[in-house]
Amino acid sequence: MRGFPEYFTIWHIAGHYALRGIAYLVLAFLIVPILVIIPLSLNAEPFFTFTKGMLALDPDAYSLRWYQAILTDQKWTLAIWNSFVIGIAAAILATVLGTIAAVGLASPWMPFKRVITALLLSPMIVPLIIIAAGMFFFYTTFGLVGTYPGLIIAHAALGVPFVIITVTATLTGFDQTLFSAGLSLGASPVKAFWDIVIPLIRPGVISGGLFAFVTSFDEVVLVLFLAGPEQRTIPRQMFSGLREQINPTILAVATLLVILSVALLVTLEFLRRRSERLRGSM
Amino acid sequence: MSTTVNVAARRGFLNAAVAFKKTGGARLNKHSGTDVFLEFDDVKKSYDQKSLVVKGFNIAVEQGEFITLLGPSGSGKTTVLMMLAGFESVTSGTIAIRGQSINKTAPYKRNIGMVFQNYALFPHMTVAENLGYPLGVRGMAKADQRKRISEYLDLVELGDFGNRYPGQLSGGQRQRVALARAMIFEPTLILMDEPLGALDKKLREQMQYEITRLHEQLGFTVMYVTHDQAEALSMSNRIAVFNDGIVQQCAAPAELYEKPANAFVAEFIGENNFIEGQVDRIEGKHAIVTIKGEGTITAEAAEGLVAGGRCVVSVRPEKLFIHPSTHAHDHDIKATFVARIYVGDFIRYYFRLADNKEIVVKVLNDLSAPEFGEGDVGRLQWLTSDCIAFPHSGEMPGVTG
Ligand SMILES: Nc1ncnc2c1ncn2[C@@H]1O[C@H](COP(=O)(O)OP(=O)(O)OP(=O)(O)O)[C@@H](O)[C@H]1O
Ligand SMILES: [Mg+2]
Repeated sequence: MRGFPEYFTIWHIAGHYALRGIAYLVLAFLIVPILVIIPLSLNAEPFFTFTKGMLALDPDAYSLRWYQAILTDQKWTLAIWNSFVIGIAAAILATVLGTIAAVGLASPWMPFKRVITALLLSPMIVPLIIIAAGMFFFYTTFGLVGTYPGLIIAHAALGVPFVIITVTATLTGFDQTLFSAGLSLGASPVKAFWDIVIPLIRPGVISGGLFAFVTSFDEVVLVLFLAGPEQRTIPRQMFSGLREQINPTILAVATLLVILSVALLVTLEFLRRRSERLRGSM
Repeated sequence: MSTTVNVAARRGFLNAAVAFKKTGGARLNKHSGTDVFLEFDDVKKSYDQKSLVVKGFNIAVEQGEFITLLGPSGSGKTTVLMMLAGFESVTSGTIAIRGQSINKTAPYKRNIGMVFQNYALFPHMTVAENLGYPLGVRGMAKADQRKRISEYLDLVELGDFGNRYPGQLSGGQRQRVALARAMIFEPTLILMDEPLGALDKKLREQMQYEITRLHEQLGFTVMYVTHDQAEALSMSNRIAVFNDGIVQQCAAPAELYEKPANAFVAEFIGENNFIEGQVDRIEGKHAIVTIKGEGTITAEAAEGLVAGGRCVVSVRPEKLFIHPSTHAHDHDIKATFVARIYVGDFIRYYFRLADNKEIVVKVLNDLSAPEFGEGDVGRLQWLTSDCIAFPHSGEMPGVTG
């Protein structure tokens, strides 16, 4: 036990422990709802509560039947497929467009920089329901409602701000003379961009892409407005699942999503460390 | 360390070589036509379309020359280099290589090597990959690339460092990689913008030697920028002294030092004393100047000097001798002793002239170094050929240093 300074009174010490207790409490409120679904998703019974058998740690009270249910239910497999297809396509689109926008905005000769930045970042600030309603009416004119391209474009628009923010952050540390050096060595501007700029801002590009993917992956408002039955994604399916068939299938899906999120977070952290290493070395 | 000895010996040799080349300097100034490699013809540059940063830059450079742009901060040296490299546009005038204007050539098509002040090595590539980059861009076969890379790594004495990343090298090693990368695609012209600015004194001297060695060995043309005049004097064939967007003088180092074209160059290069006076008359190449309280002295007349006008006479501290001395002299003036500063290999004496201006004398620290007491009056002597009279231009410097 680390000792307290000698001038500490009993109240100091009480305050110290109180602060610590509150911090743990906040952490618990954030984490427990997420953690609790993991054992519940293994429930052998179709309930949302811990059964007696589960509390007694009886192996028969646990099962993987809800995971099996996901894989055999055609609605769920379609939703998973849709989520990945739409998420990945939207992330790629958002990453390409967002990176180009960030590079353009980093140029000292770019006019109206602030206005354009604000415009591009607005999907992060404007309430989703407003964007969704606007897109619904706008996309109807082009026949994009209820189609994959429609949903992909809509989700890409939500993902672009994340890419711009992460790529801009890596670009501020980028030394422009490296690009000039590439030109002076005979590389065309496009080649120099690919060989020199992209590798150095890659961590920002990738983490922006991951953010864009996650944004699309757990987005439900736009999907409610724009998707037809063919384009139901996982969150949309969970939404209707809550109303139609209350059973731990949803918890099993949620558990899978938690695992995916953790994997993405770990990837992001790894990328951040790597970019710090690269930059710290020069 | 044997390298340091080598460097010193080498630099002594170079200074001699540079002095030898001096006679050719005047000819190189002219637009001589046939053997001109690089030419700036009345090049002007303005960033804001209002004021000119470079106001009419002219120079004709021969193949294989080492040209240095020397000047105070903000005088437009980097701007000139950037226009040559193609990173800045030319406002008016032409830059030509072998008689062909390159004003409209894209930077990546100019085939000009460039060494950046901060090295600009690609941090995500190894040293070998950095060197291979310009070769790969030019479509050289991998096997040939490897051969060329190891050849150039040996040239800059970094044979074992091919697999390191730039972040794992010392400052001097990075600088050598940057140099090798600028040379490896065999450009005929290499630009260097204060390439040694970030290095400490010892490393800088070593790199100065390296650059001169490679320049002589490989025969490329160099356009070099620095504001370190010792560096400029020891490395260059010719130096263009820049001030205020204008070349004040472009000449070989020795000529620049011995025959400065104007008071700015006289003050900027080395240390100088300036004595104010009035031009009495001009006789051929000489001016007869009246100095306050001393009568008249004869000095070499610089361009633009008019009889009856005010002038300053420059004399270098090491060209002044304190009476009694065995050196020949043409002039002999009285001066009041102020201070004596011991520097080691020489001693600096400060005197005051009749007009209260201070004057410095540098005396070799040997047995003849005289002793003075405060307020003693001594006599300073020098040769007519060691002093130049320049037209007086408003504010004149007193003692520089
Ligand atoms: N991109 C730019 N836009 C506007 N003005 C510029 C720009 N680059 C340089 N200048 C101005 O042009 C002048 C010359 O600059 P330059 O960089 O050529 O000087 P320099 O001789 O290289 O100085 P230093 O020795 O400090 O490097 C300076 O007054 C500078 O403020
Ligand atoms: Mg500069």
